[in-house]
Amino acid sequence: MKSLEELMAIKNKMQNKVSVRTSAGDIRVVVGMATCGIAAGARPVLNAFVEGVDALGLGDKVQVTQTGCIGICQYEPVVEVYEKDKEKVTYVKMTADKAKEVLEKHIKGGKPVIEYTIGATQL
Amino acid sequence: MDELALYVLDITMNSVRAGATEITITIEETDDTILLVISDNGCGMTEAQLSKLSDPFFTTRTTRKVGLGIPFLKMLAEMTGGYVKVESVHESVSEEHGTTTTALFYKNHVDFIPVGNMTDTLVTLINGSPEINFTFIHKMPEGEVNFSSEEIRSILGKDISLAEPEVLAWIRGNIEDQYNEVDN
Repeated sequence: MKSLEELMAIKNKMQNKVSVRTSAGDIRVVVGMATCGIAAGARPVLNAFVEGVDALGLGDKVQVTQTGCIGICQYEPVVEVYEKDKEKVTYVKMTADKAKEVLEKHIKGGKPVIEYTIGATQL
Repeated sequence: MDELALYVLDITMNSVRAGATEITITIEETDDTILLVISDNGCGMTEAQLSKLSDPFFTTRTTRKVGLGIPFLKMLAEMTGGYVKVESVHESVSEEHGTTTTALFYKNHVDFIPVGNMTDTLVTLINGSPEINFTFIHKMPEGEVNFSSEEIRSILGKDISLAEPEVLAWIRGNIEDQYNEVDN
């Protein structure tokens, strides 16, 4: 069983980090989580990003958040990536596997995965 | 949606959007029924809003013209022989405002779907709204799973967000462990 002692250890570790951290979340990953997103499979996409950020140790740099319906329900699950001084990248029809690829290539590697973006999708 | 946990996520998002600071999700399972209760202290609904709740063409959002959350839940519950009941007190009526959604499902009915991954649903909710106090109780004939944001926060202190990836990973592990213990 995950113990409260482990949680205490995380707390102690985080407290040191929080004071060092300059700007929490240079990159913001936003997942659409309204009925349309949820029904299309947004929950596994969100969880793939949350777990991947932890696994790749990107917690200091990347913030994974949620939004409601942005009006393009037919393209859900939709993921938007906001990075300082860069244009927003909108990924559509995402899956957990695509999320892992975006994490590796775009979030960590800095190169957007063009084929999953809204611009590359047949309208 | 092919698991009950996704409906729970969807309906709880209504509480989040209603500005709730306290949200309690309880699931009580017997051998043949599941009683789901989601209650919040959000802004509540007016009687006019409440009366239009099962109308798919009623929604308060502005990005699209249909609202399917409650209609979906109602359809699932009624297909199994159960029901959905929504009680709400709007903030203009009383300081004790909020909404309680109750749904009963007959889980052995052919149209019922698996309960699914409640852990993923909870982690998703906490990631999206780390500042909300979520209380989760899932009672099964074989045992019980509990989660309380307040309890975690009392250990972490107010400076560390529950949405920190490491904290979320711990919460996920803790809830999964509890479910595994019930299964054994």
